[in-house]
Amino acid sequence: MWGIVGQRACRHGSSAMSLQVTRPVIHALRSFSTAAKEMTVRDALNSAIDEEMSADPKVFLMGEEVGEYQGAYKITKGLLEKYGPDRVLDTPITEAGFTGIGVGAAYHGLKPIVEFMTFNFSMQAIDHIINSAAKSNYMSAGQISVPIVFRGPNGAAAGVGAQHSQCYAPWFASCPGLKVLAPYSSEDARGLMKAAIRDPDPVVFLENELLYGESFPVSAEVLDSSFCLPIGKAKIEREGKDVTITAFSKMVGYALKAAEILSKEGISAEVINLRSIRPLDRATINNSVRKTNRLVTVEEGFPQHGIGAEICASVVEDSFEYLDAAIERIAGADVPMPYAANLERLAVPQVEDIVRAAKRTCYRSSSLAATA
Amino acid sequence: MAFRVITMKSGAMMATARYLTRRNMTHGGSCCGNHHHHHPPFERKKQQSCSRSLSGFWRFNSTKASAVDVYSSDEDVTNTNHHQGLDFPGGHVSYTHSLNFISKSSTQNRVPCYRVLDDNGVVIRSSSGDLESQLQQQPLISQQTALKIYREMVRLQVMDTIFYEAQRQGRLSFYLTSTGEEAISVASAAALSSDDVVMPQYREPGVLLWRGFSLREFADQCFGNKDDYGKGRQMPIHYGSNKLNYFTVSSPLAFEEACMTQLLLCLNSYLQGDFHAGLNFAAVTESPVVFVCRNNGWAISTNVSEQFRSDGIVVKGQAYGIDSIRVDGNDALAVYNSIRAARQMAVNQGKPVLVEFLTYRVGHHSTSDDSTKYRPMDEIEHWKVTRNPVSRFRKWVEGNGWWNEDEESELRSATRKQLLQAIQAAERTEKPFLEEMFTDVYDETPSNLREQQEQLREIIKRHPKDYPSDIPV
Repeated sequence: MWGIVGQRACRHGSSAMSLQVTRPVIHALRSFSTAAKEMTVRDALNSAIDEEMSADPKVFLMGEEVGEYQGAYKITKGLLEKYGPDRVLDTPITEAGFTGIGVGAAYHGLKPIVEFMTFNFSMQAIDHIINSAAKSNYMSAGQISVPIVFRGPNGAAAGVGAQHSQCYAPWFASCPGLKVLAPYSSEDARGLMKAAIRDPDPVVFLENELLYGESFPVSAEVLDSSFCLPIGKAKIEREGKDVTITAFSKMVGYALKAAEILSKEGISAEVINLRSIRPLDRATINNSVRKTNRLVTVEEGFPQHGIGAEICASVVEDSFEYLDAAIERIAGADVPMPYAANLERLAVPQVEDIVRAAKRTCYRSSSLAATA
Repeated sequence: MAFRVITMKSGAMMATARYLTRRNMTHGGSCCGNHHHHHPPFERKKQQSCSRSLSGFWRFNSTKASAVDVYSSDEDVTNTNHHQGLDFPGGHVSYTHSLNFISKSSTQNRVPCYRVLDDNGVVIRSSSGDLESQLQQQPLISQQTALKIYREMVRLQVMDTIFYEAQRQGRLSFYLTSTGEEAISVASAAALSSDDVVMPQYREPGVLLWRGFSLREFADQCFGNKDDYGKGRQMPIHYGSNKLNYFTVSSPLAFEEACMTQLLLCLNSYLQGDFHAGLNFAAVTESPVVFVCRNNGWAISTNVSEQFRSDGIVVKGQAYGIDSIRVDGNDALAVYNSIRAARQMAVNQGKPVLVEFLTYRVGHHSTSDDSTKYRPMDEIEHWKVTRNPVSRFRKWVEGNGWWNEDEESELRSATRKQLLQAIQAAERTEKPFLEEMFTDVYDETPSNLREQQEQLREIIKRHPKDYPSDIPV
């Protein structure tokens, strides 16, 4: 396993990673000290898909540019060369077409991984995702199982405008029959991707373009090819006792930074990385709120009917008496994403927004109107 | 009712492998034109008069993309010398100087329709005396098969009548008949093999009848009782059977890409986006699929003239690079012959085929529709009586001495009796258990659904009068 990772880093050099500041894995190999090994999310996804394809010949990849181009974001780099055109398929530009074919292949027992270049394009295929994939097991009374994974970058990138920046977590998470995952770190990426591929139900796997190049420490256990994370379990990234902050994907990083800032001001924040949007780990969230009595939900997408809304409802239903303050929802602005960089920055949550929200729940600042 | 992987005659992977092998070959060969063509420079220069300046143009010799020189005269418009051509990605194409648009098909030059029997059930003898066309018209069908087709068409008619009446009596919530289109589903199924996977729309129960689905099984699904393979989750007519290789009917209409193997598809929704993606993909990946279109003139209340302006569906096949044929869908023998041939082409040549059956939807779209509101009664009557596929085939079968009036009335009354019994039995059968409402959402029932189920049971226990009594808790 190590050898393969090392070779890949050598062979493909830094072309994929040149834009990011990362420590190539090859360096980690040389230091046999107890310093944590690091891995980019991109490599984490690539290695997870590679290992699962190697372990199960029914797994195959489909999407635009996944093969010869090595992947639009280089997530599938090297896989065409390794597994051949039978298992890594470059498709014509029709999401409706190749998603339908992927679902049909899954009906017949294959395990497709369908890539959307971004989840905005999944709207072209959403009938197949919802009606052909998510509901088939139920409508056929268990006769048709659909072990498919839909993956790709979700949410805002940088400067890609209104039609390329939407977060689709709320849309897919509202549909029974689907599972929706959103990794943050490399450990999440590896573990959840493996779980998704092995899962017999359709899984929507929401990645984040800006996280692909970020490096995270990974333990030896994570790097093992049998590593797998359970679907439906959130992770407490940072323990705290004053306020609970829930987040997923890129916002976990922001929440952790906010927690750092808050700790200097005497507020101990507990940061929960949701990992799984559907099923939502209500138990972990509620237990945390029962401990801290305060909640801030963070997401990048639109506020109405978002993930935060569902978390609020869950906490109000199950832990109402434990709340000492109104729940704060931090979300993207309720507008289509502007293109101008200065406006874009104002349209997505920033670390300061999370800090202010946490303080409000702790009554450490005046009302929202004054601080808005 | 475990789902097993169906062994396919041509696997999806093989189909895609073929596609990709082909594609890699063209990748290598088409970087700058097909090298196996050499185009001698065309040296004749002719004067071009002002009045014809539109139909000729100059290209500078310095562009080296192609060795072809475009100095040519207007006289050569009709010259079919293929050296006067151009290489572009996609292949070699000859050029023309005349600004002619390919005209859409008019009412005069529509694609002809294949039929074997005339309206009186007599095999049409080809007017030319040659042996080959005579042979092509011979129905290649045994007495046994022909009789089975006829019987199932009759049973389908009787089933439609009785279930429709049951809905009108309030015993069924919904029903949808195949009236006028019986030949298509039954004779197609007869021409396929039992392990060809069929992906139906919703007007093809004839396939199930042919393959042995019992009247009781139909009734169970319509009544949604505990014997329904669909566990009572879907509305009536949404039949499905793993065993008989018949995909569970679902109501999203353009479902075709969910197949890359030998399937029979019946679509009446050619305007949906995936129709186009499906045909295109099948052509590009050379999948052995038979696409079947029942062009019955109506999409609920929308007449075909409001749906498209092309010459039906058959011409769309050519647009996607798919061999296609138009067939008289009310002629059981034509249906049988054409599907047999299409299937053979798909299997032996590994490519998709499109078959358009022209027919007429005699019944209403469904029990929720009253078609007299948008079409004239005499039009419906005409097709019901004079163009009826069942009676037409009956004439041929009786003409061969294989059938008679007694057998006819016996079959009809026997089927009617069986149906009434099936309905009574299905109606009395218990509905599926309450827990089936929560299973199969996922492979394993998640905890939140188990909780919801418990909550529901509690509520029913406390308020039994508010809940239907025929659902066992």
